[in-house]
Amino acid sequence: MADRSDKPYEDIPGTFVFDADRSREGYHLNQFCISLRLQKNREAFNAGEEAYLDKYPMTAEQREAVLKRDWNRLLELGGNIYYTSKLAANDGINFQNLAGLMTGMGVEAYRDMMLHGGRPIEGNRSKSEWEEE
Amino acid sequence: MARITAGVGCSHVPAIGVAMDTGITDEPYWQPVFDGFKKSREWMKQQNPDVIFLVYNDHCTAFDASCIPTFALGCAAEFTPADEGWGPRPVPVVKNHQKLASHIAQSLVLDEFDITIMNEMEVDHGLTVPLSVMYGEVPQDGEWPALVIPLAVNVVQYPAPTGNRCYNLGKAIRRAIDAYDEDLNVMIFGTGGMSHQLQYKRAGLINADWDNRFLDMMANDPVAASQIKHVEYLRETGSEGIEMVMWLVMRGALDEKVTEVHRHYHVPASNTAVGHIILENHD
Repeated sequence: MADRSDKPYEDIPGTFVFDADRSREGYHLNQFCISLRLQKNREAFNAGEEAYLDKYPMTAEQREAVLKRDWNRLLELGGNIYYTSKLAANDGINFQNLAGLMTGMGVEAYRDMMLHGGRPIEGNRSKSEWEEE
Repeated sequence: MARITAGVGCSHVPAIGVAMDTGITDEPYWQPVFDGFKKSREWMKQQNPDVIFLVYNDHCTAFDASCIPTFALGCAAEFTPADEGWGPRPVPVVKNHQKLASHIAQSLVLDEFDITIMNEMEVDHGLTVPLSVMYGEVPQDGEWPALVIPLAVNVVQYPAPTGNRCYNLGKAIRRAIDAYDEDLNVMIFGTGGMSHQLQYKRAGLINADWDNRFLDMMANDPVAASQIKHVEYLRETGSEGIEMVMWLVMRGALDEKVTEVHRHYHVPASNTAVGHIILENHD
């Protein structure tokens, strides 16, 4: 039998698992983000962000996080990385540089960490190993 | 009769596609990534498959949040490389073996795997990057050397299908292809992974020991690999490491005992550990 206990993955630090609850909360935010996959929509958004966002009934907090490009807040509010990365791409930010921003490390330090084998698993398995979480 | 001759596991990092498309594969950062595919490209030329059954995931490109099929089989005549937000990759349109795809769709549903049938679909880096790394650069106005049947697996919204389900689906795909009455050399690719996390404060997680154990299991103990739980993938290999369940579809379609022809592992490509394995069936 599969484990159906309540969200065993919530203990993983620094991670949002994009489950059905997050998908529901983030629906309009994520649909806005994916609209930027197409050039004509990127042009419309870049010509007037506020007016473009009016088409998507997201929450005021989600809308503010989009306008401020608060990448971590977007995830906290139900955004998923594959969607928010479309907004980042529109701003000229690729996946690696976005990770540099989300981790708070900065682009150079993050790239350097990856070149030296990435973030180790030791000390990063559960929230009890992270002081801040 | 059609037969599955070999399976290929490989990562499908978008930056690998960008590196090939912009001609920077000889740079020191990328050279060790691509060195590991030199032997694979020779092997592909020798094997020259007629059809590749390619298991991958769509990264919110063909599917947005409005429709999330767990397994979607590409049955269209062809698949156009998509604009994922930074322009389409300059690679050829992907052409299907449409009759075989329809046969597999029918066989799978009768075999109680209730897949979604896609008669129109664009494909993203998840599908085109594995073709590029295995074949090398193919000009946009050229043709991929093989026909391709795409199977898109949901690994974006939790839960992805279990490893066990993927492994058994692979067996059902094998049954379908074995029963197809045309002399075809078919390969199956399982793509994605290996350890990586793209999001939030734990981004950059890499677990090389775990990845290498997984590669060992792909070669020698696929049943054990099929029993790995979601939470283990998420915790040990990063939130996007769950993509590795797609390798199990590939592995399920092969014989229980296979010959490992080639293996490659390198960190990093962008945020990700690049893993690659080639497994041949015996008969």
